Amino acid sequence: MEEMIAGRRRFLQSGSATTVFGLFVAAGLIRPEAAFAQAGWNKDAFASKSLNDVVKALGGAGATPTNDISWGATPEIAENGAVVPINVTSRIPNTQSIAVLVEKNPNALAAKFDFPAGTDPTVSTRVKIGQSSNVHALIKTADGKYFVATREVKVTIGGCGG
Amino acid sequence: MADPMRIRATMQGDKVLVRVLMSHEMETGQRKDSAGNIVPAHFIQSVTAVHSGKTVLTAEWGPAVSKNPFLQFQFAGGKSGETVQIIWTDNKGDKRTDEAKISS
Repeated sequence: MEEMIAGRRRFLQSGSATTVFGLFVAAGLIRPEAAFAQAGWNKDAFASKSLNDVVKALGGAGATPTNDISWGATPEIAENGAVVPINVTSRIPNTQSIAVLVEKNPNALAAKFDFPAGTDPTVSTRVKIGQSSNVHALIKTADGKYFVATREVKVTIGGCGG
Repeated sequence: MADPMRIRATMQGDKVLVRVLMSHEMETGQRKDSAGNIVPAHFIQSVTAVHSGKTVLTAEWGPAVSKNPFLQFQFAGGKSGETVQIIWTDNKGDKRTDEAKISS
């Protein structure tokens, strides 16, 4: 009996702790995603709406257009906007990171990849593109310069044409 | 806990080509369910690839990466038989680590 009461007390205690946390969440004091947000994840960059804002959030001043980026198997017309293959290879010396941005998505930045020495500045992934949009590949070099290449990707969801 | 990743690491000349298929919903936080409630965002935020104790790739992802994400990259300095480890963490704090041997 003793044990059961103690157990119940513990349960109540832990229950109330959860509730207090729940209240904070409800009140917007702690957002659940913020509670688990990771140190390395650049929240501002992922909340940005445009190329320039993303460059700023990443700590750059502006991006220089370049042709030294190849798009590999990235399509110009994608049938399914939910799964668009993106393949970016940088020929810019000392490429440190490649970011993929979709201009017309709710938030422009889709993904950012960092390449330590010994890893080739080439990456393939798949992203969601809500509607036909410019896709930017943003390159950061080891000396902190930003370069950008742009390709228009048309999305034809359900064969309606884009 | 999410399903295991499928990782293939193969030698391509003197480089190691790594292909990863992860199992994750990658919910954007923009979608509504049939009752009209917004489905909370749930997506992989960070990915790390490690070979022989050295990080060979890190990535930060937003919810715009497709469901069941695919990732391909290549690095130098690996040998057949060694191990490549991939670690991801999502915005709810879930984590998954899987590894694969490099094949020739």
